Amino acid sequence: MHDILNDTIASAPLWAIVVTGVATLLVHAWDEKSDKPVFWIALAGIGVSAVLTIWRAPVAGTAYSGMLKTGGAASAWTLLFLVATLLTLFIAWDSLGKAAAPRGEFTILVLFAVAGMIPFSAGNDLLAVFIGLEILSVSLYTLVGLTRRRFASNEAALKYFLLGAFAGGFFLYGIAFLYGAAQTTNIEDIARRFAQSNFPVLFLTGSALLLVGLAFKTGAVPFHMWVPDVYQGAPTAVTTFLITGGKAAAFGAFVTVFTMTLGHASARFAVVIGVLALCSMVFGNIAAIPQTDIKRMLAYSSIGHAGYMLIGVQTASVEGAGGVAFYLLSYILTSTGAFGVVAAMENEQGEGTRIEDFAGLGYTKPLLGALLSLFLFSLIGIPPFSGFFAKYYIFLTAIEHGDLWLVLIGVATSVVSLYFYLRVMVVMFFRQPGENQPVPEAGAWTMIAVVLSAAGVIALGLFPGTVLDLITSVF
Amino acid sequence: MPSLTWYLTLSAVLFTTGVVGVLTRRNALIIFMSIELMLNAVNLTFIAFSAFLGDGRGQIVVFFVMAVAAAEAAVGLAIVIALFRNRRTVDINDVNVLKW
Amino acid sequence: MPEEYIPIVLILLCALAFGMVAVWLSRILGPRRDYPEKLTTYESGVEPVRTAHERFSVKYYMVAVLFILFDIEVVFIYPWAVRYRALGWYGLIEMVVFIGILLAGYIYILKKEALKWD
Repeated sequence: MHDILNDTIASAPLWAIVVTGVATLLVHAWDEKSDKPVFWIALAGIGVSAVLTIWRAPVAGTAYSGMLKTGGAASAWTLLFLVATLLTLFIAWDSLGKAAAPRGEFTILVLFAVAGMIPFSAGNDLLAVFIGLEILSVSLYTLVGLTRRRFASNEAALKYFLLGAFAGGFFLYGIAFLYGAAQTTNIEDIARRFAQSNFPVLFLTGSALLLVGLAFKTGAVPFHMWVPDVYQGAPTAVTTFLITGGKAAAFGAFVTVFTMTLGHASARFAVVIGVLALCSMVFGNIAAIPQTDIKRMLAYSSIGHAGYMLIGVQTASVEGAGGVAFYLLSYILTSTGAFGVVAAMENEQGEGTRIEDFAGLGYTKPLLGALLSLFLFSLIGIPPFSGFFAKYYIFLTAIEHGDLWLVLIGVATSVVSLYFYLRVMVVMFFRQPGENQPVPEAGAWTMIAVVLSAAGVIALGLFPGTVLDLITSVF
Repeated sequence: MPSLTWYLTLSAVLFTTGVVGVLTRRNALIIFMSIELMLNAVNLTFIAFSAFLGDGRGQIVVFFVMAVAAAEAAVGLAIVIALFRNRRTVDINDVNVLKW
Repeated sequence: MPEEYIPIVLILLCALAFGMVAVWLSRILGPRRDYPEKLTTYESGVEPVRTAHERFSVKYYMVAVLFILFDIEVVFIYPWAVRYRALGWYGLIEMVVFIGILLAGYIYILKKEALKWD
């Protein structure tokens, strides 16, 4: 009896989300038109979970017979997910309302997805990581296909589902090999078992297969094929969630499984992850150049950003992990901001996301235009916005780790990214709006999300050191 | 009793068959069946290790994999049905409004 | 040990060979005179309408999918039942939580009338 109480308290942030998810499910079952109460219950649940996360953050440990990490680094990841979810819900309220998409189901599925993200990124046992991955993935497949009468949404869901399940198979096969090599699925035990530098083939094969599964979820080249189609085809609110929460969960798991716990073995894979980082940076930033749809362009650029974060991952150090978490926080704020503006531009059919649709936005809607420019500057990495410091810390860690080659490529590709980000700004400020081009009206919740994101991007840019120290202290 | 290698080889063959199926077939349902074959090949690996290591944990993992596969099947079929209602096709070559 | 299975394998091979040879022989030796009535499904019966590859109502899939989901959960209840005493209160509480979440899903299905036929 005592154990179960301790475990429940230790994993309270996760329980808060699960209870909220089930509660919203029941509320929505009773009343079809209860989108609004469901939305408010979800906001309250996220708030409670955030408070519990901060409360448990100083007490790092494990719960449920070593299945789940609690407190410490797990709290940092959980907070990232909660920030991403909160901002996404704000944008979704207006964006899905406009498209007449089911907002209640969206909210419920997002909560379930978060309930998967937490064990995925903070599992202490590969089984818990796998189940977290699947809870997350199954929720996301459904979310991508949410607007089921739109063919693009169907198509994106099918592609995401088939490729996601395929990658999940590799991930699971990797777990099976590690289990065979170590006779356990507990990550800490596996790390302890292979503390020396002679690794059996079974162990190396298993780790490589895990790497494939994780690289797929992060959207790193060459496992990126799903990213552009899924991000473009999904409803914009869902894309926001995928690019923020989904990416954060994948990198949380990557850091937890690969660099924090399989620490000794991860040095063997540093070069492999480095090459993934290199390919992602080069491909993502170059493939974004010819894009005409802003969702698709941001999707390709997200592949590039995955590359920058992988530079931090491959250092396999506490500083690297802190740098990745900082980068994610910055990226979550910037992306929700940018996608908030995109969601405001869209019409009922989800059209209006071509870059030329943004012509003259700087005059017709100066505030939206200025905010989008701010987010794009942050994505490029121009000081004093958060994106600059995110890249700066990652590059700094990599140089200390002796990976100058990756940093050079990183800087070069950032310069390339100037081109396609600035092009959007040129269209916004130096091109006249087309004939009968509709002037978008951003909803109140979207404006709240966008302004909060902008404030976050500026605040992170003003006090980067404080935030980074805070994040690094829990790892 | 055959040695562990036989079981691992069999499951590797099954897994590879699944991978080849996913990469070569064009029917969404058959691709999904190939993925299920991959998962079951992994289950076989888990059971083989579990039996040869004398450790029950591997069999518990298989229970979870089965439950997960059922959940994936439910969502996957729902997606395929939604697609079919819009386009009357389950061929992934016909599904390319977005570029691959 | 494996030698004992050789007769079974032989029988299987013989059965397969016999079946194939019989079909092949009848095709070679038998006379073939096709005319339209002969090619119909029933030579003297009700005209078949529509294709034999009839599509089922999508409701079947709905029920089947939901059945799979709830059916597979027994896989967790069974080991718990076997180790019921050893797992004690902890196991019981966890199982109640598990069934509770399943129940919430079931209520959702009922309320959304996913199991109604028409």
